[in-house]
Amino acid sequence: MSDVEKAITRAHHEEWARVVAALTRRFGDLDIAEEAAAEAFTTAVERWPADGVPPNPGAWLTTTANRKAIDRIRRENKRDDKHREAQMAYHDDPPAPPPSAIDDDRLRLIFTCCHPALAMEARVALTLRMVGGLTVPEIARAFLVAESAMGQRITRAKAKIKAARIPYRVPSAEDLPARVSSVLTVLLLVFNEGYLATGPDTDPLRHDLTAEAIRLTRLIRTLLPDDGEVAGLLALMLLTEARRTARVSAGGELVALDEQDRGAWDTALIAEGHRLVRERLAAAAAGVAPGRYQILAAINAVHTSARDIRDTDWSQVLALYDQLVRLDPSPIIALNRAIAVAELDGPEVALAAVDRLEHRLAGYHPYHATRADLLRRLGRGQESRAAYDKAIDLAGNTAETAYLTRRRDQLR
Amino acid sequence: MRYLVSVIDDKSNPGSTDRQPAISAFNERLIAEGYWVFAGGLADTDAATVIDNRGEQAVFSDGPFVESKEYLAGVWVWEAPDLDVALKLAAEASKVCDRKVEVRPFQ
Repeated sequence: MSDVEKAITRAHHEEWARVVAALTRRFGDLDIAEEAAAEAFTTAVERWPADGVPPNPGAWLTTTANRKAIDRIRRENKRDDKHREAQMAYHDDPPAPPPSAIDDDRLRLIFTCCHPALAMEARVALTLRMVGGLTVPEIARAFLVAESAMGQRITRAKAKIKAARIPYRVPSAEDLPARVSSVLTVLLLVFNEGYLATGPDTDPLRHDLTAEAIRLTRLIRTLLPDDGEVAGLLALMLLTEARRTARVSAGGELVALDEQDRGAWDTALIAEGHRLVRERLAAAAAGVAPGRYQILAAINAVHTSARDIRDTDWSQVLALYDQLVRLDPSPIIALNRAIAVAELDGPEVALAAVDRLEHRLAGYHPYHATRADLLRRLGRGQESRAAYDKAIDLAGNTAETAYLTRRRDQLR
Repeated sequence: MRYLVSVIDDKSNPGSTDRQPAISAFNERLIAEGYWVFAGGLADTDAATVIDNRGEQAVFSDGPFVESKEYLAGVWVWEAPDLDVALKLAAEASKVCDRKVEVRPFQ
């Protein structure tokens, strides 16, 4: 990649959301903002190689995008655009808000894209497009949806924002926790789509999704530095991403935590994740009750602190799961808790706990995979084999299927 | 911005019938705070008549235009600055009238 190409990529990562957000505030229209931002970047791709990279790429892009937007509005200058013209004249030189203030334009943009009145899949797509700057074909490929359908999903969401007047602002303090939680759900969905879908024919775009989710969560963290759950989710993502390369073997098989080459974990990501977890532990010690992402991050911190699976502090893991169960009584949390129970109290106690979840998790393949493993450790080969069969049937991910098949075939 | 707020009832699982005093109090508040434009409860869907006069002559048919388990039981029209304000009021409205409500902007 040439220096100019690198500069354009960097500018796209650093400035896209800022440009779209500033234009949305100025023109009050997501469509205009998106299109003008895209045109500004196209112009940069055309011009920068010849003219050189401008000293302040962000300012250049914003100015260019503003000009493109005004051009478009003039082109479309129909009777019903008088309103827009009036707005334009009024905001001709809007004061730039301080970059770290809570009313940062990018934060407004994120809250608008993740508004609870939009369907979850629309929130995910819109956030990736408007805040992340991914193209519609990229988003469509990442979610295995036809391009036209993804385009429609985004168009429809933008139309609803306009027609129903979804506001472009940071929610009130009273609504903030629920609205931040909606944003974090969107980011976790993006991350999981990249993380859980990683198959043997690892699509690089999928890794782009985990990287994108982390990048956007970092952005939210700079915008909302005091929010514990934002820090918790970022730590959770970092500590998960740190194990990415160790998680799938060269042969495309999932490698479980106990068999991973811990030397292949990314120490920089782990160190960053641990710093965040320590920060939240200090807050918890000062009396701020941690939310679920912070607890999940802490569990991952325990795992990533052990140089060997045998060094894992399982009692700590179990204590954290106990805390989590109180916040979130979902059967999936209970299933994961049982895995820690197996390490402390033995597979028999854990199996009894797992079996109690059957009516709620019968269609969830990790339930059967966990049972299969516990039954194997109890020497109940035949039942274990049957549980592996069920897990293989239900697992959609080829790396996971390969792993489960090997474990089943190792039974005697 | 004007929003139509439709109150949705369910024939197989109707909301409670003792809500009128609470709804009246809520309406008083909507008026006092400047959101209220219009409100009205509707008679049963059995009382509806559909008229189609697109052809040669008007055709009247008995009953609602669509038969469904869920039906429109009443409407509000509110004037609100944006959807967040309308949704907050709608959340209260749903509780007050013990039914689902739909918020839909006017064009």
